[in-house]
Amino acid sequence: MALDQSFVGRTYPPTAPYEVGREKIREFAEAVGETNPVFTDPEAAKAFGHSDVIAPPTFVFSITFRAAGQVIEDPQLGLDYSRVVHGDQKFAYRRPVRAGDRLTVTSTIEAIKSLAGNDILDIRGEVHDEAGEHVVTAWTKLVARAAEEV
Amino acid sequence: MTAKIGYDDVEVGTELPAQTFPVTRATLVRYAGASGDFNPIHWNEKFAKEVGLPDVIAHGMFTMAEAIRVVTDWLGDPGAVVEYGVRFTKPVVVPNDDQGALIEVSAKVAAKLDDNTVRVDLTATSAGQKVLGMSRAVVRLA
Repeated sequence: MALDQSFVGRTYPPTAPYEVGREKIREFAEAVGETNPVFTDPEAAKAFGHSDVIAPPTFVFSITFRAAGQVIEDPQLGLDYSRVVHGDQKFAYRRPVRAGDRLTVTSTIEAIKSLAGNDILDIRGEVHDEAGEHVVTAWTKLVARAAEEV
Repeated sequence: MTAKIGYDDVEVGTELPAQTFPVTRATLVRYAGASGDFNPIHWNEKFAKEVGLPDVIAHGMFTMAEAIRVVTDWLGDPGAVVEYGVRFTKPVVVPNDDQGALIEVSAKVAAKLDDNTVRVDLTATSAGQKVLGMSRAVVRLA
Protein backbone atom coordinates (compact mmCIF):
# COMPACT_ATOMS: atom_id res chain seq x y z
CA MET A 1 0.00 0.00 0.00
CA ALA A 2 1.35 3.43 -0.93
CA LEU A 3 2.71 5.48 1.94
CA ASP A 4 0.86 8.60 3.07
CA GLN A 5 2.21 11.67 1.21
CA SER A 6 1.27 13.90 4.14
CA PHE A 7 4.40 12.60 5.93
CA VAL A 8 6.64 14.51 3.49
CA GLY A 9 8.40 17.28 5.39
CA ARG A 10 7.85 15.70 8.77
CA THR A 11 10.79 16.22 11.12
CA TYR A 12 11.38 13.95 14.11
CA PRO A 13 12.83 15.11 17.46
CA PRO A 14 16.65 15.16 17.72
CA THR A 15 18.19 11.98 19.10
CA ALA A 16 20.03 11.77 22.43
CA PRO A 17 23.74 12.50 21.90
CA TYR A 18 25.97 9.72 20.53
CA GLU A 19 29.47 10.02 21.97
CA VAL A 20 32.14 9.12 19.41
CA GLY A 21 34.94 7.10 21.03
CA ARG A 22 38.49 6.59 19.77
CA GLU A 23 38.25 2.83 20.15
CA LYS A 24 34.93 2.66 18.27
CA ILE A 25 36.57 4.54 15.40
CA ARG A 26 39.53 2.14 15.53
CA GLU A 27 37.19 -0.87 15.48
CA PHE A 28 35.32 0.51 12.46
CA ALA A 29 38.50 1.49 10.61
CA GLU A 30 39.95 -2.00 11.11
CA ALA A 31 36.69 -3.61 9.98
CA VAL A 32 36.89 -1.81 6.64
CA GLY A 33 40.62 -2.52 6.31
CA GLU A 34 41.78 1.06 6.79
CA THR A 35 45.46 1.53 7.62
CA ASN A 36 45.63 5.36 7.60
CA PRO A 37 46.91 6.35 11.09
CA VAL A 38 44.68 9.45 11.06
CA PHE A 39 41.92 7.09 12.28
CA THR A 40 43.90 5.55 15.13
CA ASP A 41 46.77 7.82 16.18
CA PRO A 42 45.91 11.25 17.64
CA GLU A 43 49.36 12.57 16.71
CA ALA A 44 48.93 11.54 13.07
CA ALA A 45 45.51 13.23 13.09
CA LYS A 46 47.04 16.42 14.53
CA ALA A 47 49.59 16.47 11.71
CA PHE A 48 46.61 16.99 9.38
CA GLY A 49 45.16 19.69 11.63
CA HIS A 50 42.53 17.54 13.38
CA SER A 51 42.16 17.90 17.15
CA ASP A 52 41.76 14.12 17.62
CA VAL A 53 41.46 10.97 15.50
CA ILE A 54 38.81 11.32 12.80
CA ALA A 55 36.34 8.69 11.62
CA PRO A 56 36.26 7.17 8.12
CA PRO A 57 33.75 9.02 5.91
CA THR A 58 30.97 6.40 6.14
CA PHE A 59 31.28 5.84 9.93
CA VAL A 60 28.50 8.33 10.68
CA PHE A 61 25.95 6.14 8.86
CA SER A 62 25.71 3.89 11.92
CA ILE A 63 24.51 6.92 13.87
CA THR A 64 22.19 8.42 11.25
CA PHE A 65 20.62 5.08 10.38
CA ARG A 66 19.87 4.38 14.02
CA ALA A 67 18.20 7.80 14.13
CA ALA A 68 16.25 6.98 10.97
CA GLY A 69 14.71 4.14 12.98
CA GLN A 70 12.29 6.76 14.33
CA VAL A 71 10.95 7.09 10.78
CA ILE A 72 11.23 3.46 9.73
CA GLU A 73 9.46 2.24 12.86
CA ASP A 74 6.86 5.01 12.97
CA PRO A 75 3.63 2.96 13.19
CA GLN A 76 1.68 5.84 11.63
CA LEU A 77 3.88 5.75 8.52
CA GLY A 78 3.54 1.97 8.28
CA LEU A 79 6.65 1.10 6.26
CA ASP A 80 7.11 -2.67 5.75
CA TYR A 81 10.74 -2.89 6.82
CA SER A 82 11.04 -6.57 5.92
CA ARG A 83 10.85 -5.49 2.25
CA VAL A 84 13.25 -2.55 2.48
CA VAL A 85 16.54 -2.30 0.60
CA HIS A 86 19.05 0.54 0.69
CA GLY A 87 18.82 2.43 -2.60
CA ASP A 88 21.13 5.44 -2.41
CA GLN A 89 23.35 7.01 0.21
CA LYS A 90 24.97 10.42 0.24
CA PHE A 91 26.90 12.53 2.75
CA ALA A 92 27.85 16.22 2.76
CA TYR A 93 30.49 17.08 5.35
CA ARG A 94 31.11 20.40 7.07
CA ARG A 95 33.98 18.70 8.89
CA PRO A 96 34.99 15.09 9.62
CA VAL A 97 33.47 13.31 12.62
CA ARG A 98 36.13 12.98 15.34
CA ALA A 99 36.67 11.29 18.68
CA GLY A 100 35.02 13.17 21.52
CA ASP A 101 32.13 14.43 19.40
CA ARG A 102 28.69 14.22 20.99
CA LEU A 103 26.40 14.05 17.98
CA THR A 104 22.66 14.44 17.69
CA VAL A 105 20.68 13.59 14.57
CA THR A 106 17.49 15.25 13.37
CA SER A 107 15.68 13.15 10.77
CA THR A 108 13.30 14.57 8.18
CA ILE A 109 11.24 12.79 5.53
CA GLU A 110 12.24 14.57 2.33
CA ALA A 111 10.20 12.62 -0.20
CA ILE A 112 7.82 9.69 -0.59
CA LYS A 113 7.28 8.19 -4.02
CA SER A 114 5.52 5.17 -5.36
CA LEU A 115 7.04 3.54 -8.43
CA ALA A 116 5.82 0.27 -9.94
CA GLY A 117 4.34 -0.69 -6.58
CA ASN A 118 7.58 0.07 -4.71
CA ASP A 119 7.53 2.65 -1.93
CA ILE A 120 10.53 4.97 -2.08
CA LEU A 121 11.40 6.96 1.03
CA ASP A 122 14.05 9.70 1.22
CA ILE A 123 15.27 10.54 4.72
CA ARG A 124 17.65 13.40 5.53
CA GLY A 125 19.63 13.25 8.76
CA GLU A 126 21.20 16.49 9.99
CA VAL A 127 24.07 15.80 12.38
CA HIS A 128 25.10 18.46 14.91
CA ASP A 129 27.76 18.52 17.61
CA GLU A 130 27.36 19.53 21.25
CA ALA A 131 27.93 23.20 20.40
CA GLY A 132 25.05 23.01 17.92
CA GLU A 133 27.38 23.27 14.91
CA HIS A 134 26.49 21.32 11.79
CA VAL A 135 28.91 18.42 11.13
CA VAL A 136 27.43 16.35 8.31
CA THR A 137 24.17 15.72 6.48
CA ALA A 138 23.25 12.18 5.43
CA TRP A 139 20.65 11.38 2.77
CA THR A 140 19.31 7.82 2.77
CA LYS A 141 17.00 6.45 0.09
CA LEU A 142 15.08 3.33 1.15
CA VAL A 143 13.06 1.22 -1.28
CA ALA A 144 10.30 -1.05 0.04
CA ARG A 145 9.80 -3.58 -2.72
CA ALA A 146 6.25 -4.30 -3.80
CA ALA A 147 4.68 -7.29 -2.08
CA GLU A 148 4.63 -10.34 -4.35
CA GLU A 149 1.33 -11.46 -5.83
CA VAL A 150 0.00 -14.40 -3.85
CA MET B 1 42.42 19.85 5.98
CA THR B 2 45.60 19.37 4.02
CA ALA B 3 45.41 16.94 1.15
CA LYS B 4 48.75 15.92 -0.28
CA ILE B 5 47.46 16.40 -3.85
CA GLY B 6 47.48 19.92 -5.28
CA TYR B 7 44.54 21.34 -7.22
CA ASP B 8 46.90 22.52 -9.95
CA ASP B 9 48.43 19.05 -10.27
CA VAL B 10 45.25 17.36 -11.53
CA GLU B 11 43.29 17.59 -14.76
CA VAL B 12 39.89 16.29 -15.78
CA GLY B 13 40.64 12.64 -16.56
CA THR B 14 43.46 12.24 -14.02
CA GLU B 15 43.21 8.65 -12.79
CA LEU B 16 43.60 7.73 -9.13
CA PRO B 17 45.50 4.53 -8.24
CA ALA B 18 42.95 1.69 -8.54
CA GLN B 19 42.60 -0.84 -5.73
CA THR B 20 41.05 -4.28 -5.23
CA PHE B 21 39.45 -5.12 -1.89
CA PRO B 22 38.86 -8.74 -0.84
CA VAL B 23 35.74 -9.57 1.16
CA THR B 24 35.06 -12.88 2.89
CA ARG B 25 32.36 -14.05 5.30
CA ALA B 26 34.74 -13.18 8.14
CA THR B 27 35.02 -9.61 6.78
CA LEU B 28 31.23 -9.29 6.86
CA VAL B 29 30.88 -10.61 10.41
CA ARG B 30 33.51 -8.13 11.52
CA TYR B 31 31.79 -5.27 9.68
CA ALA B 32 28.43 -6.26 11.17
CA GLY B 33 29.89 -5.94 14.65
CA ALA B 34 31.69 -2.66 14.00
CA SER B 35 28.74 -1.01 12.24
CA GLY B 36 25.88 -2.48 14.27
CA ASP B 37 24.15 -3.77 11.10
CA PHE B 38 23.24 -7.37 11.97
CA ASN B 39 20.82 -8.00 9.10
CA PRO B 40 21.11 -11.80 8.57
CA ILE B 41 21.35 -11.42 4.77
CA HIS B 42 24.98 -10.47 5.47
CA TRP B 43 25.95 -13.63 7.37
CA ASN B 44 23.22 -16.28 7.18
CA GLU B 45 23.12 -18.15 3.87
CA LYS B 46 19.84 -19.93 4.65
CA PHE B 47 18.11 -16.65 5.43
CA ALA B 48 19.60 -14.89 2.37
CA LYS B 49 18.29 -17.60 0.05
CA GLU B 50 14.87 -17.57 1.70
CA VAL B 51 14.48 -13.89 0.80
CA GLY B 52 15.47 -14.55 -2.81
CA LEU B 53 19.17 -13.66 -2.82
CA PRO B 54 21.70 -15.93 -4.57
CA ASP B 55 23.84 -16.17 -1.40
CA VAL B 56 25.06 -13.98 1.47
CA ILE B 57 25.72 -10.43 0.22
CA ALA B 58 28.03 -7.72 1.52
CA HIS B 59 26.60 -4.71 3.33
CA GLY B 60 26.12 -1.92 0.79
CA MET B 61 27.71 0.42 3.32
CA PHE B 62 30.78 -1.86 3.44
CA THR B 63 31.19 -1.51 -0.32
CA MET B 64 30.72 2.25 0.02
CA ALA B 65 33.40 2.34 2.74
CA GLU B 66 35.86 0.39 0.57
CA ALA B 67 35.30 2.47 -2.56
CA ILE B 68 36.14 5.80 -0.90
CA ARG B 69 39.50 4.37 0.25
CA VAL B 70 40.73 4.85 -3.33
CA VAL B 71 40.05 8.55 -2.84
CA THR B 72 41.21 8.96 0.77
CA ASP B 73 44.44 6.99 0.20
CA TRP B 74 45.16 9.34 -2.71
CA LEU B 75 44.32 12.43 -0.63
CA GLY B 76 46.24 11.43 2.49
CA ASP B 77 43.73 13.31 4.65
CA PRO B 78 40.27 11.68 4.68
CA GLY B 79 39.02 14.93 6.24
CA ALA B 80 39.31 16.53 2.78
CA VAL B 81 36.19 14.66 1.56
CA VAL B 82 33.41 17.27 1.18
CA GLU B 83 30.68 15.08 -0.36
CA TYR B 84 30.30 11.40 -1.12
CA GLY B 85 27.31 9.59 -2.61
CA VAL B 86 26.51 6.25 -4.23
CA ARG B 87 23.63 4.22 -5.61
CA PHE B 88 23.56 0.53 -4.70
CA THR B 89 22.94 -1.11 -8.08
CA LYS B 90 23.89 -4.79 -7.59
CA PRO B 91 24.84 -6.77 -4.50
CA VAL B 92 28.36 -8.08 -3.85
CA VAL B 93 27.75 -11.83 -3.50
CA VAL B 94 30.13 -13.44 -0.98
CA PRO B 95 30.47 -17.25 -1.20
CA ASN B 96 31.42 -19.33 1.85
CA ASP B 97 34.97 -20.22 0.80
CA ASP B 98 38.50 -18.98 1.41
CA GLN B 99 38.43 -16.59 -1.53
CA GLY B 100 35.15 -14.80 -0.94
CA ALA B 101 34.62 -11.93 -3.39
CA LEU B 102 36.64 -9.04 -4.76
CA ILE B 103 35.53 -5.42 -5.05
CA GLU B 104 37.51 -3.62 -7.77
CA VAL B 105 37.49 0.16 -7.57
CA SER B 106 38.83 2.73 -10.02
CA ALA B 107 38.36 6.49 -9.99
CA LYS B 108 39.16 9.58 -12.00
CA VAL B 109 38.81 13.31 -11.75
CA ALA B 110 35.60 14.22 -13.58
CA ALA B 111 35.40 18.00 -13.00
CA LYS B 112 37.38 20.83 -11.45
CA LEU B 113 35.14 22.94 -9.21
CA ASP B 114 35.47 26.12 -7.13
CA ASP B 115 37.42 26.50 -3.88
CA ASN B 116 40.14 23.99 -4.84
CA THR B 117 37.61 21.18 -5.00
CA VAL B 118 37.29 18.50 -7.65
CA ARG B 119 34.65 15.88 -8.38
CA VAL B 120 35.93 12.32 -8.54
CA ASP B 121 33.80 9.65 -10.23
CA LEU B 122 34.24 6.09 -8.94
CA THR B 123 33.58 2.74 -10.56
CA ALA B 124 33.14 -0.35 -8.36
CA THR B 125 32.65 -3.84 -9.77
CA SER B 126 32.47 -7.35 -8.37
CA ALA B 127 32.40 -10.52 -10.50
CA GLY B 128 32.16 -8.30 -13.58
CA GLN B 129 29.01 -6.50 -12.34
CA LYS B 130 28.84 -2.81 -11.52
CA VAL B 131 27.91 -2.74 -7.82
CA LEU B 132 27.78 1.04 -7.31
CA GLY B 133 26.20 3.62 -9.61
CA MET B 134 26.34 7.43 -9.51
CA SER B 135 29.34 7.00 -7.25
CA ARG B 136 30.84 10.45 -6.79
CA ALA B 137 32.96 12.31 -4.29
CA VAL B 138 33.80 15.99 -4.03
CA VAL B 139 37.18 16.55 -2.36
CA ARG B 140 39.19 19.62 -1.40
CA LEU B 141 42.77 19.61 -2.69
CA ALA B 142 45.77 21.58 -1.48
